[in-house]
Amino acid sequence: MTSTIVLNQVSKSFGKKTVLNKVSISVHSGEIFGLIGPSGSGKTTLVKMIVGMDQPTNGEIQVLNTPVPNLYLSQKIGYMAQADALYNDLTGRENLTFFASLYKLNKGVQKERIAYAADLVGLTHQLSKRVQNYSGGMKRRLSLAIALIHDPELLILDEPTVGIDPKLRKSIWEEINRLKMEGKTILITTHVMDEAEKCDKLAMVRDGEIISSGSPLELKNQYQISSLEEVFLLAGGEKDENNRLN
Amino acid sequence: MRTIALIKRICIQMIRDKRTLALMMIAPLVILTLLHYLLSADTTDPRLGVHGAEEALVEQLKDKEIVVIPYEILKSTEQVIKKDQLDGVLQVEEDKLNLTLTNDEPSTSKVLQSKVFQAIASENAKKQANNLTEVFADFQEKLPNVPLNQLSTPEINTSYIYGNSETTFFDQLSPILVGFFVFFFVFLISGIGLLRERTTGTLDRLLATPIQRRDIVFGYLIGYGLFAIIQTLIVVFYAVKVLDIMIVGSLWNVVLINLCLALVALLLGILLSAFANSEFQMMQFIPIAIVPQVFFAGILPIEGMAEWMQIIAKFMPMYYGGNALVDVMYKGLGIDSIKNDLFVLLGFALIFIMLNIFALKKYRKI
Repeated sequence: MTSTIVLNQVSKSFGKKTVLNKVSISVHSGEIFGLIGPSGSGKTTLVKMIVGMDQPTNGEIQVLNTPVPNLYLSQKIGYMAQADALYNDLTGRENLTFFASLYKLNKGVQKERIAYAADLVGLTHQLSKRVQNYSGGMKRRLSLAIALIHDPELLILDEPTVGIDPKLRKSIWEEINRLKMEGKTILITTHVMDEAEKCDKLAMVRDGEIISSGSPLELKNQYQISSLEEVFLLAGGEKDENNRLN
Repeated sequence: MRTIALIKRICIQMIRDKRTLALMMIAPLVILTLLHYLLSADTTDPRLGVHGAEEALVEQLKDKEIVVIPYEILKSTEQVIKKDQLDGVLQVEEDKLNLTLTNDEPSTSKVLQSKVFQAIASENAKKQANNLTEVFADFQEKLPNVPLNQLSTPEINTSYIYGNSETTFFDQLSPILVGFFVFFFVFLISGIGLLRERTTGTLDRLLATPIQRRDIVFGYLIGYGLFAIIQTLIVVFYAVKVLDIMIVGSLWNVVLINLCLALVALLLGILLSAFANSEFQMMQFIPIAIVPQVFFAGILPIEGMAEWMQIIAKFMPMYYGGNALVDVMYKGLGIDSIKNDLFVLLGFALIFIMLNIFALKKYRKI
């Protein structure tokens, strides 16, 4: 199995504050990889560096065997940011068209992809509305549609299901699984534990470090506990104890 | 192609934002109109109280367009000035003249003072001339055979190289004002445009796509540039055709200079927005980066400034823009005399483009 994302001893600090400390991850192609951890643990910073929007202070990142950052790589990555970055004065369709043109899709493909992505997130009938009139959930869905617009090989979703109702969440997960079947790699951050269960592999991030990783089952076995939620709490607690001991 | 997508998007956004569009297109016209009527209005004649002056002097004063209010008795000048709202009082006591100026508006006082002095001087000259004539008559009576040429008072003809006697302050100022308003409003709108992109996170999102930094700078440059061109044309044609501002040189040169100014303002706005985190912080750049431009645009004479001030002036785009505009609109000079100014403005634009591409590194390293 080839690795789609490889992080080797990646550290990031803003000024004196170290946000990530020697993180090493390897995400295999075709798997759903979940980054779980509390808010402020450094998930988003990690994701932004993989997308190429930020650079590590130390260490190196490779995506699809190419060192990051690389502009051609951006063509192959679909990214959904944690905060919706949409043009509120444009309609949903105009937002999609704009991003599609940035990926240099030709007119025919553009139309096809817009129809596909809008249908996937259930926005087909709202595309002519301006985004400022969208609900929070609709904005999330449009962000997801934009991430999928250029049919990327690697999908990076930063807390994609926040503010989305359970029904739609289920359909988004179905789609994530379907994309996996197509051979796409998906990196997802979340702090919802039942979503973590759906990932093939997990890495727990806490205070800028990977404290534990493996499949959901492995993690549960490691801590001899039946729910991931408890693993999450235990893993965090253990580190605290270590810190105190140190 | 990515640049075109960006331009398209900016155009849609601008056209939907009617209020911003109105600010950009109409606000400069309103301000220009107000200033036009303010600055070209005739000044009212100064009011002068006079005590103990001869009738001839009073006539001279009236000739100089002074409203003369005679006083038989004058106890306290200050009281009279306040009560009758005078701009000054002239008291004549035998050979002594006393001029009291209210000086609540120094410019009015200056005008009044010089007019009073002129009146007194010409009155004196008249007296001298009369005396001389008498002396001559006396001479000729005593020495009838000696031919004497009496000097005639010289006549003064005033001619103007630039403008004419009807030129108002506004005529000299208007070229600079037209340029400045183009500069100011383009700066404001382009700066806030890109700022909105930064604060809503869409710039970050944009940089997660394969777009290049220079695509963004040029997209913004051309997108807002289109509106800046329309605005410039509206402002210039309004100033010339509606307000009838004096324009001696070519209208197209005026348009050209203003387009260069708009270009510089556009790029400066985009650049400074990189250092602002909110619209309010963007506003804070106005007193720092925009207002000083007016001081060095030629409204105040640059030659009279301290040397270090003159050096600062050289770094102000409006210094070149104002200079070129006055050259064309007021002095009627051609492209030859403004081409250096235009080159400098284009130089500014080029530097700002580079800096903009560089400033975006803050968001993405490549």
